[in-house]
Amino acid sequence: MYDFAYQKPGSLADAVKLLKGDPEAKALAGGMTFIPVLKQRLNKPSAVIDLAKLGLSGITASGNTITIGAMTNHVTIATNADIKAKIPGLSEMASWIGDTQVRHRGTMGGSLANNDPSACYPAAVLACDATIKTDRRSIKADDFFQGMFTTALEPDELITSIEFPVPEKSAYEKFRNPASRYAIVGVFVAKGPAGVRVAITGAGQGGVFRHKEMESALASNFSADAIANIKTPADGLNGDIHASAEYRAHLIGVMAKRAVAKAAGR
Amino acid sequence: MPQVALTVNGKQHTVEVEGRTLLVELLREKLGLTGTHVGCDTSQCGACVVHVDGRSLKSCTMLALQADGCSVTTIEGLAKPDGTLHPMQEMFREHHALQCGFCTPGMVMSAIDLVQMHPEGLTEAEIREGLEGNLCRCTGYHNIVKAVAAAWPLMHGKPAPAAAAE
Ligand SMILES: Cc1cc2nc3c(=O)[nH]c(=O)nc-3n(C[C@H](O)[C@H](O)[C@H](O)COP(=O)(O)OP(=O)(O)OC[C@H]3O[C@@H](n4cnc5c(N)ncnc54)[C@H](O)[C@@H]3O)c2cc1C
Ligand code: FES
Ligand code: FES
Repeated sequence: MYDFAYQKPGSLADAVKLLKGDPEAKALAGGMTFIPVLKQRLNKPSAVIDLAKLGLSGITASGNTITIGAMTNHVTIATNADIKAKIPGLSEMASWIGDTQVRHRGTMGGSLANNDPSACYPAAVLACDATIKTDRRSIKADDFFQGMFTTALEPDELITSIEFPVPEKSAYEKFRNPASRYAIVGVFVAKGPAGVRVAITGAGQGGVFRHKEMESALASNFSADAIANIKTPADGLNGDIHASAEYRAHLIGVMAKRAVAKAAGR
Repeated sequence: MPQVALTVNGKQHTVEVEGRTLLVELLREKLGLTGTHVGCDTSQCGACVVHVDGRSLKSCTMLALQADGCSVTTIEGLAKPDGTLHPMQEMFREHHALQCGFCTPGMVMSAIDLVQMHPEGLTEAEIREGLEGNLCRCTGYHNIVKAVAAAWPLMHGKPAPAAAAE
């Protein structure tokens, strides 16, 4: 690991100022992605700005919205009673990320900012039509994810919270890589104020995407049968040592049916 | 050089570190606590698990400076000063839950957190799932699972709930 200056600012304004003042500085949340990257010398920041003391952790439920602070860790999300009751798909998703020790440190903001093509949260955020709040603006999920490891965030912009409109029904199904525990294919289904939305992670070469054909089939008939005959083409899907593009295409159908059946029964 | 002030196994330390110093490097190289192991570069094996403010985490994936002001417990901090083992250590010994012992410190630290997080009891499946962040190349896990199940009643001071017993 290359050395760097470590800073732990006490306010959001100070953190943004540090990032603005130094294009080589990088934010640190739970470190579950960033520290392994630093160890491999894939990144050489001049300074690491720890977001731990900005007060960005916590969950609030009010009316039909659940707001999750960017620094809230996966265990807190998985065990929160409001999320369990109102967005069970998100609760189960958080409980399946990595392992307990990763879940104690990793955060939702870090996962979204990183936008790993096999990360879980992007699927929940996209399917639930959530809004990403930053230090300077609000970004709709449809505009936030811009391809593998790419988001709408400016280099010095920090996610502060994520606002989820509570869906009527939700579920997540994940076919995970047994070694890394990331999603080979993950499908989040939500039936909410924005209609039925189906988001697929782990499979697309461009990262998370919506499955529009399944969405329109489910809009009129929210059941696994409605999508049983939908074939997902393998073009544009990832193929690697873990799974071919064709296998991922097949898994999308299987995982989506399971997710819809689970959501419909909730 | 920046300084980190933290409590390790009940003792206060103030240590000079670099920005890049990992918590596990602080423990092993600066404090000589070599019970905590490093088994991988990818945050997957769990050999390095310690407790920070009571929660299990991977000390290879935390900067020493992130632990400033925290209380850390390592495998060396579990036994009583007179040498009496922690019930989890005792059950690992009794059930032959280790062979080479490389994974054992991390496994024990994760297992203690798992049992503490589940006062309602633990099924065999929950123990296996709860330890998925710790890899063992020797035992085949079976005796580890037995040891954790046997430690539950000792740590909670009551018999395991019927549903959790096999
Ligand atoms: C063994 C293992 C298994 C895992 N399994 C899964 C899995 O199954 N599913 C899954 O989804 N993930 C998995 N992860 C990743 C985990 O969820 C990480 O926590 C997450 O990807 C990154 O979050 P973090 O808080 O650790 O961010 P960090 O690693 O600290 O940061 C990641 C990136 O985001 C930036 N960043 C962080 N916070 C902000 C913010 N608020 N605003 C702007 N930029 C920010 C950082 O600068 C950095 O570039 C796994 C990780 C490990 C080590
Ligand atoms: S050394 Fe492998 S997870 Fe920390
Ligand atoms: S006892 Fe050898 S790795 Fe677990």
